[in-house]
Order: sequence, then structure tokens, then C-alpha cells
Amino acid sequence: MSGTTPTTAPVASPASVLPEVPRLPDRLVDQLAFPHRETYKQMVAAFREAGFEMCSDLCAVDYLTHPGRSLPEGMTAERFEVVVNLLSLSSRQRVRIRVQVPEADPTVDSVVEVYPGADSMEREAYDMLGIIFEGHPDMTRILMPDDWEGHPLRKDYGVGRVPVQFKEAPGPR
Amino acid sequence: MSDHDHTDRPGDVHEGETPEEAAARFEAEEQALVAETSEGDQGLRSRTTTSPGELRQEVGAVLRLPEGNYVDPADIDIERRDDETTVINMGPQHPSTHGVLRLMLELDGETVLRTKPIIGYLHTGMEKQGEELTYVQGSTNVTRMDYLSPLHNELVFSLATEALLDVETPPRAVWIRMLMVELNRVSSHLLWMATNGGDLGSTSMLIYGFREREMVLAFFEKTTGLRMNTNYIRPGGVAADLPDGWQDDIDILCDTILARTYEYDELLTGQPIFRERTEAVGNISAEEALALSVTGPILRSTGVPWDLRRTMPYLAYEKLDFDVIVGTYGDNFDRYSVRLNEIRESIKMIRQIADMMPPGDYRVQDRKVTPPPRARIDESMEALIHHFKIFTEGFRVPEGEVYVAIESPRGELGCYMVSDGSSKPYRMHIRAPSFVNLQALPLLLRGGTMADAVAVISSVDPVMGEVDR
Repeated sequence: MSGTTPTTAPVASPASVLPEVPRLPDRLVDQLAFPHRETYKQMVAAFREAGFEMCSDLCAVDYLTHPGRSLPEGMTAERFEVVVNLLSLSSRQRVRIRVQVPEADPTVDSVVEVYPGADSMEREAYDMLGIIFEGHPDMTRILMPDDWEGHPLRKDYGVGRVPVQFKEAPGPR
Repeated sequence: MSDHDHTDRPGDVHEGETPEEAAARFEAEEQALVAETSEGDQGLRSRTTTSPGELRQEVGAVLRLPEGNYVDPADIDIERRDDETTVINMGPQHPSTHGVLRLMLELDGETVLRTKPIIGYLHTGMEKQGEELTYVQGSTNVTRMDYLSPLHNELVFSLATEALLDVETPPRAVWIRMLMVELNRVSSHLLWMATNGGDLGSTSMLIYGFREREMVLAFFEKTTGLRMNTNYIRPGGVAADLPDGWQDDIDILCDTILARTYEYDELLTGQPIFRERTEAVGNISAEEALALSVTGPILRSTGVPWDLRRTMPYLAYEKLDFDVIVGTYGDNFDRYSVRLNEIRESIKMIRQIADMMPPGDYRVQDRKVTPPPRARIDESMEALIHHFKIFTEGFRVPEGEVYVAIESPRGELGCYMVSDGSSKPYRMHIRAPSFVNLQALPLLLRGGTMADAVAVISSVDPVMGEVDR
């Protein structure tokens, strides 16, 4: 990947992507990039080389009940998506990388080696959505207890409810 | 327990017990104690069972060497064995951890070698909750995340929703929002000054900080009805116009707090004990801060002039005249100075905002987004329908995804929102600055003393409600 400038190669042409993102008149729309799972880490590293100093955010989305989102040509929508927001302080711009992660094998390369700051965020994505980041030094839960079952932010994980009683309970018989 | 009248100490041999039995019993007791306090794999484990990568994080070796490798822990930690060090547990119920932060620290005498923050004690599933609430209800949810700067949370949520809706808020709403978030920054930094002073033993600062903060909160109560968790900034504008006579309140507030910041100077800035406790304690370099995604006052204290209000302006910050405060050494004292001077800058901004406040609507007059005025409901059927629809079903937001970031008192507060076209967010992820900044703790604490740990935790300014969400 050496010598590749991310503004040319890895970014899907912004023109094809822009109509999907609503824009405010005075607000710059972030660039979007859709790598394949295999080239994801390479692309992140290339962006790092090209001056995106900070990984400002990393999260995952479960598209179980909303499969029909618009993606560039040749990209198959999978159940999970890992979304990485990179920030360039020198050129004052952001780029958002969205990588598709299939349900059958929810693994993706870890970018902790490139951005040490992605550590907690990847752990959170693992904890909440069960995405396994390969190569992460400490792939453990971070917000939920270690013995928790399931990944709460998955769409097939139910929302807990506490029954509320509005009237006085009937007395014991 | 034994029947001896003296206290049983670990390693004591009971009567009728061979030394081997005593040793076995002692080991079992120790394991039971470890199991009782252990956090499983999330906790800090002994060096022999920790992988090198994990060890690097725990000692805060984050920077890559030129050849593209991490620092080898063996290079910075020569000949350290498990039996020479102590692992202690700090928190989650510890007054200096500002909530329920739990740290596991490996100590050599008084010196901190490894640190691992263990979080999640305040996790309430607010991102999941956000998917269950409509956009109208959503700001009530997010305002409870960072409970010291609730208006910033509401603002980032509202900006993300408006970006998806493609709604432009009227100028007065924008300026009211700016006024309120700057006041909120003042109150948040004042509380930080208070608790930081308290952690360092200056009890007077604790009282003064809370006293001044209460002035700001009183203005919030007058404007929004609530001191905290205001639910004031909503998609489409703000909940209510500013109260009558708000300019006078702002004048008094700015004059008083600005004068008081110079009193803090006398109390703390020049104080020899305070300086000894803060100068050259908890250093971080600009490169390390950037690598760890650290933002806000911690990043600025290292000399990086990165403030989203200036570098990526939102609302109408480009029309204001203010300075971005930076430090030099990235130590506790610089973080203190950055925050103290940010209070002054915010007051400067508040005065400008009060002068330039435009007239007009305080929320967008789009009946699909904001409810109609109460008086219209009695006269107009449409108004009644709109009111009913907004509060039962909410408004529908077009499909799309957006990431919006603002500068909260703690750093970059981001909201990544995905909409599937319904009236509830499909995914609402909050990039919480405290959560990310906590990653710097192992680095900041390493090599310092246990007493400095308290000062360093305080200077990172973590708000656990936001960390755990």
C-alpha cells in the first residue's frame, strides 16, 4: 500500500456517494469509503500515512432489520457494518470508512496497531455487537460484566422491561 | 475464624495444623479473595499471564517506533517480577474517582507501574434505549449521559437529527444554543475546578467552585425549568425562548464569575503546594495524545490548537472572537490552566452572544418537526393533529447516516446516527470524549506516585455517566 494516496485509490468516488448523505448548506459532508473486509486494515493504514492523525470514532451497526441500504456498486450488504471515523487535523477533514461484516463470520482486522486509540472503541463494539477484532491485544468485554450472555446492541437482543404497577396490589388472600 | 483473642493474620499457623496445611489454606483463602474482587479477563492480571500487547497498553506504551513496532515492554520495564509488586484496586467506590471508575494498579512501593481502568459500573444501555425512543423523546435520553454538560449532549443529538432531516434552524435558535452551551461549559469547568481543588486538598476551592456553578445553574433553571438534564435543545430549535431580563442575568453572571476566576488565581495558580502537586505530573506528549484519540483540554494542554469550535465550526462560532487556549507540557498544571482560561474565553463569548442575539423564532416553524404553539391548538384542527402526531408517533426522518461532532467541555462529542426512515433512530452511537480519554490513564499514571494518581484522574475529568452510557 506504500505510495498510495487515499484520496485517489481507496475512496469510492465521492460524487457517487454524496446523494446518499443529506447535507446542510453550510456543512461539509464527510468523505465516505467502502473497503472490502480484506483491504480494510490496509486502507486505514494508508489513511494514517496520508495524514489522518486521529481515529476519532469506531462503532458497529447491526443492519438486521434494515437490509436495503444504499452501497456503492459491487458491494454486498451484510448484517453488520463497522464504521470508523478518521480525522485529519492538518487538513481539517474527516473520512468515514464503512466495512461490511457478515453474520456467519463476524470478524474484522483490528486497527489498534495503526491507531492505539481504537482500543476501547473496538472493545465496545465487541461487547455491544459481538464483532471480533482479530489482532486486538485484549478482546474482552468493556461495559458489560465478563459473564454476560449475548451482545445487547444486536437487533435480535430484546429490550428489557420492568413491569410497572399503577394500582395498589390486591392483598394476600 | 479462630477463637484466638488476637487477630488472625494471613500466613499464621493455626493450632493442630502442619505448616503445609497452613500454606494450602492460605493459598485457598487468597484465591477466594481474588475471585471475590476479580473482574475476570477485564481485570489486571499478573505479568506472567498477560500477553505482551496487553502489557504494552497497561504500561501506556502507545507510540510506535520508526520501524513500525510498539515499544517492547522489556525495554522499559527491566527485570520486574510479580512478587516484587502489589496489585491494588481503587474504586469503584472511591471519592476521588468522580463516580464509579475502578482502577487496578500495579505498584512498586508508591510508584505506579501498570494501570487498567475497569468501567461499566454505570452502564445503563442508553444507546439501546435511544433506538427505542423517538427523535422527540431522544434528547431526554442523551441529556443524561454527560450529566455535567447535558446541553452539549442535546446539541449533538439535535444537530445529527437536523442534518438527517435537512432542516435549518432559525438564527435566534442557533444563538440561544450557543449561549446555553457556553454557559454549560463554564459550569462544567467550574465543577471541575472545584473537584480538582478538593482532590488536591484545597477545600475552599471545592466550595467556591460549587458556589459559582450554582449561579449558572440558577440561570438554567430560570430558562429551561431544570438545573440539570434540561432537555432544552431539541431537534428543530430550543424548547423555550429566553426569559425576560435575561441580559441582566447574563451581565451579572459574567461579571461575577470573571472576577472570581482571578480569585482562583490567587488561591491556586500561584500557590506553591498546588504547583508542586500539578507541575510535571501526568505528562503526555502531543503525539501520544493524538495516537490515543485524546481530545479536548488534554489534547490542547500538549500544545495542539485543536478546538472544533475554531477548526470545524458549527452553529455560528465563526462569527465569534475567541482564543483557543493551549498549554505546553501536557501536565496537570497545563490542563488546569487550559480549563481556567477556557472559562474566561467562554465568558468573552457569552458577552458577544448576548450583544449579537438576533430576534426571531426560537424554533423552526415546520409543523412536522416542532409542535404548534399551545394557543393554536384550541383554534385549529391541523394544529391539534400535528401536536398529537408529534407527541405520539414523532416525526419521520429520511433514510441516511451522519456523523456530527461538537466540542464538549471534555473533548470531541460525536453522534453517529443511522436512520431507516422511521420515527426512531436505527442506531444512535455517541462518541463520548470521557470514554476515549480514559485510555490515556495508564500512560499518565505510569511512573508517578499513588498520591499523584488522584490528581491525574481528576485532571482527565472523566464523567462516568458518559463513559458507561
